Amino acid sequence: MPGTQTLVNDFISKLKKRKIEGSQATAKQTAELLRSVISQTRVPYTNQAAALIQSVKAVGERLIAANPVELAVGNVVRRILHIIREEDLSLTTAAMAGLNLSAVSDDEDDADRDNQPVLSAAAIAAASRSTLRPPSLQTLLEDVPDSAAVPHTSSSGGDSEGKSKSADKSSRSRKLKHDVIEAVNELIQDISTCHEQIAEQAVEHIHQNEVILTLGSSRTVLEFLCAAKEKKRSFRVFVSEGAPRYQGHLLAKELVTRGLQTTLITDSAVFAMISRVNMVIVGAHAVMANGGVIAPVGLNMVALAAQKHAVPFVVLAGSHKLCPLYPHHPEVLLNELRSPSELLDFGEFSDCLDFGSGIGAPLLHVVNPRFDYVPPKLVSLFITDAGGHNPSYMYRLIGDYYSADDLVLQRRATSGN
Amino acid sequence: MGAQKKGATARVSEDSEVVAHHPLQAILLADSFTTKFRPITLERPRVLLPLVNIPMIDYTLAWLESAGVEEVFVFCCAHSKQVIGYLGSSEWSSKPDFSVTTIEANDSISAGDALRLIYERQVIDGDFVLISGDTVSNMSLTQALEEHKERRKRDANAIMTMVVQQSKPSPITQQSRLGTDELFMAINPDTKQLLYYEDKAEYSKGFISLDKTLIADNPSIILHNDKQDCYIDICSEEVLSLFTDNFDYQHLRRHFVKGLLVDDIMGYKIFTHEIHSSYAARIDNFRSYDTISKDIIQRWTYPFVPDILCGSSAIKLERQGIYRASDVTLSRSAQVGSFTVIGQGTTIGNNTKISHSVIGEGCSIGSNVTIEGSYIWNDVTIEDGCKLSHAIVCDGVTMKLGAVLEPGVVLSFKVVVGEQFVVPAYSMVSLIQQPTQQDSDEELEYADNSSGIVEVPYKLNGEISSDLSNTQYGPTPELGTGGVGYIWSIFEGGHDEEWRHSVAPIPTDKLAKIMLDKDEDEELLTQGGNALVEELKSDSEDDDNEGSRDDYASFEKEVEATFLRAVHENVKVDHAVLEMNGLRLSYNIAAVDCAAAIFYSMMKLAVESSHSSASELHRNAVEVITTWQKLLKSFLHDIDEEIEVILKFEEICLESAKEFSPLFPQILHLLYDKEILQEDAILRWADEKEGADESDKVFLKRSEKFIQWLREAEEEEED
Repeated sequence: MPGTQTLVNDFISKLKKRKIEGSQATAKQTAELLRSVISQTRVPYTNQAAALIQSVKAVGERLIAANPVELAVGNVVRRILHIIREEDLSLTTAAMAGLNLSAVSDDEDDADRDNQPVLSAAAIAAASRSTLRPPSLQTLLEDVPDSAAVPHTSSSGGDSEGKSKSADKSSRSRKLKHDVIEAVNELIQDISTCHEQIAEQAVEHIHQNEVILTLGSSRTVLEFLCAAKEKKRSFRVFVSEGAPRYQGHLLAKELVTRGLQTTLITDSAVFAMISRVNMVIVGAHAVMANGGVIAPVGLNMVALAAQKHAVPFVVLAGSHKLCPLYPHHPEVLLNELRSPSELLDFGEFSDCLDFGSGIGAPLLHVVNPRFDYVPPKLVSLFITDAGGHNPSYMYRLIGDYYSADDLVLQRRATSGN
Repeated sequence: MGAQKKGATARVSEDSEVVAHHPLQAILLADSFTTKFRPITLERPRVLLPLVNIPMIDYTLAWLESAGVEEVFVFCCAHSKQVIGYLGSSEWSSKPDFSVTTIEANDSISAGDALRLIYERQVIDGDFVLISGDTVSNMSLTQALEEHKERRKRDANAIMTMVVQQSKPSPITQQSRLGTDELFMAINPDTKQLLYYEDKAEYSKGFISLDKTLIADNPSIILHNDKQDCYIDICSEEVLSLFTDNFDYQHLRRHFVKGLLVDDIMGYKIFTHEIHSSYAARIDNFRSYDTISKDIIQRWTYPFVPDILCGSSAIKLERQGIYRASDVTLSRSAQVGSFTVIGQGTTIGNNTKISHSVIGEGCSIGSNVTIEGSYIWNDVTIEDGCKLSHAIVCDGVTMKLGAVLEPGVVLSFKVVVGEQFVVPAYSMVSLIQQPTQQDSDEELEYADNSSGIVEVPYKLNGEISSDLSNTQYGPTPELGTGGVGYIWSIFEGGHDEEWRHSVAPIPTDKLAKIMLDKDEDEELLTQGGNALVEELKSDSEDDDNEGSRDDYASFEKEVEATFLRAVHENVKVDHAVLEMNGLRLSYNIAAVDCAAAIFYSMMKLAVESSHSSASELHRNAVEVITTWQKLLKSFLHDIDEEIEVILKFEEICLESAKEFSPLFPQILHLLYDKEILQEDAILRWADEKEGADESDKVFLKRSEKFIQWLREAEEEEED
């Protein structure tokens, strides 16, 4: 598969050079890349799922190593591994069910193949899954069978039923791949529409005449606020500029063009302004399994200020930002230190960075971290594309999306390459 | 990247076949054509030296790739096999959108030769980036390229854009940061055209002169001393043909840029592009190696920083700027200070202290070692109790128990330092002997191109002596018991310089001296750089102000050169007088000193012309004095000046040309005969000397007879 190999290398070099900005873009591209990896993987007769998992893992490890800070890469890799496992499981159970069913109702096969077996296969798959692991949050909350969550399974299950038993095994290999690719397509779809799905919930959270504070710029936040605006809510937004990259300026500009009443403040003015704020709404870089948030630098301070004044602190995060790891996990690289030139001009300060005189070491150190860690107790609510959740529920949500087997992808950090 | 290139030099792409997408090319010179990194570069080319554990060329290539360059031609000369071998085995050979082609040449001795060769190959067709393989940058080329192309469209003569960076115009920053000389540039602030370029090393007069047409032609000019040359140039293809046309262009800046700036026939123009927050710098010497390493560790070059560039080899950045590979074995009691890099597979023993240093891969460092501000490359063994401060230690070095490196030491490959041995400050130690005579051609980086690994080292403790016969040192253990290697002696003129280009911080006294020089510069409008001036004569004027003495020394040198030229080129005496006068005024020297200086050069000429006996020398002197008496006379207006000449003559006899001392009375007589010296002057000199010490009266005694005769003659006249 030379084609994918170059694609993978290309993507890795982009990741390494930090050419891809934003977790959504990264997540989407990762998913697309893995989709082509899956489609090009030759699957053996037996144990196709293992082969797929193997190849996805191999590529995934390299992708994660290329930019360990961008947790979305790892998240998507794990999501896809989870999808492969799920599909495999549902196919196995469907096959088992098929055997049972065909034994019972061999002649009905033609007549009912559109409805009845479909349901039964899906139901059995769901049942078998629920016996294997704790019921998902969604099933508990909504009390519906999993078929809604994985609609594609049902259709494929129907197809499988149509095949003759002898052909069943050989078709399964193609089937699994096909199903997986379908599911990955859906994941890509989910990722690209996560903003809209989150934004749909805006009216439930933003009320008339409220004052919202946000920091820096996040596309999710922008869409969220605009969605509320479109629903004729009138409210005001305080935008903290988000030094040193000052993306808050861009957000303020964008909000104003959409007709929102906007106030731009410095980061250091947050505490002074927080008492007038009804809600803090921010984006996140990643949400950890414990409900802690890795967020743009400065947000911990905002969260503390919000707590002090009992202002709700709401974090918007697409499901691709849910990271199944805990922040103390050794594989998680919490922060990235960017160039000091974002803070100050190299030319202007070149005399402070003079190593030739004095003790041979610069007296001026410039530290420019990209992220803050906001502990779960400071977060009031997470809004994901699956709805609003309390920080302490995050691990259940994560259980829906990831398999426990995939949590540790890298045996050793050095094993790649 | 394609979008910005579609406007590529319409003129150029017309004649070449129609290509919509014109790949951006770059020429990377993987040879610096200098000897600044000796002795290390005798064994490995500069571009492959590790900079924070990654070869320098990787930084340059990574930057070129991210800046959108698609085709790179790597020109290798010295150690070309190593460079080609490295590039072949590295990831660079297999990038889909980034081709790296090597061009090998073995006889190039300068950047000019390299570019001429590349021109012959005809591989460049359009604008290209010219860069040397030791440049670290993270700037974006997009804007600079667009500006360059925009200008080219308007004016086909705008053939080059030079990237400059602002730096603080503090008097010492440039020297102490990058170890480079002060750079003056005149730039037109509106068009950004470069009008004048002068680095200090080149001029000796202490002022810069701008052509007045520059001022006439440009509505405004800003003269900068706060710019730093990044040595990144965006060139049009004409640049290559210019090098071919002017076969004497060797150095990019010294010859090419200056040549273009003064040449107004062709009308080619150079423009500048200034970068502010992004980073670009070139590693020119050990000091800039140190500085740029620290900049990288401080992440100014982001994203070209160790934890990102290393990629999968997993170096993690921890608090306080400590970069640590995943499998470092660190003793619990070892203290790793801030801004330190520790490479893979390194072990560090108990109670070892490390700060502000870079440690390579596979090193083993014992207990109780202190390492401060040092660069330790791969597979180095440092035994217990060693102390290193501000040193560079190359691959495979072994430091035995308790060895000490003082600031500024460079240990080249595989050197062994003996137990308890203290390597003195600023020493260069190598297994290769120092080439006995320095290559007169300073442009050559390496002794030879054989690029081989060294011959069997000669063991200094006398166990094995493979080439004992041709060693100049004899079997003294230069590096202590069990040590292997030669300490290079510091060559001419280097003694004052060594602190300038070493990795060690500048000693405070030197720093103070630079500051002092600067102050004097401003006051006297003359060039400082006292340290650079070789002193011609020893200190007879110790009490004198140091600055003016050095001025005088350089003046004297200048006078001598002018005089010799006058002699060899048969310049008319009148013209020589004019020239001397000009020189005198420019140095602001009194006529007295001028006469003395001229006399000194005359005598020197006499001594230096062949002579076997005193009488021949006398004849030489007579000849010179007779020919040039008018020149000397024109600076002797009164008796004081004449006395000065006699004193000077005495000094010459005592110090620089002792051959004259027996001839003293004869020459004095000669000068009297030729009416250069009046008898009053001689007599007054004699009177003055009468009261002096015995030792001072040597010459007075010798010429007693002559003076006696003079006195008698005078009396007779009076009678």
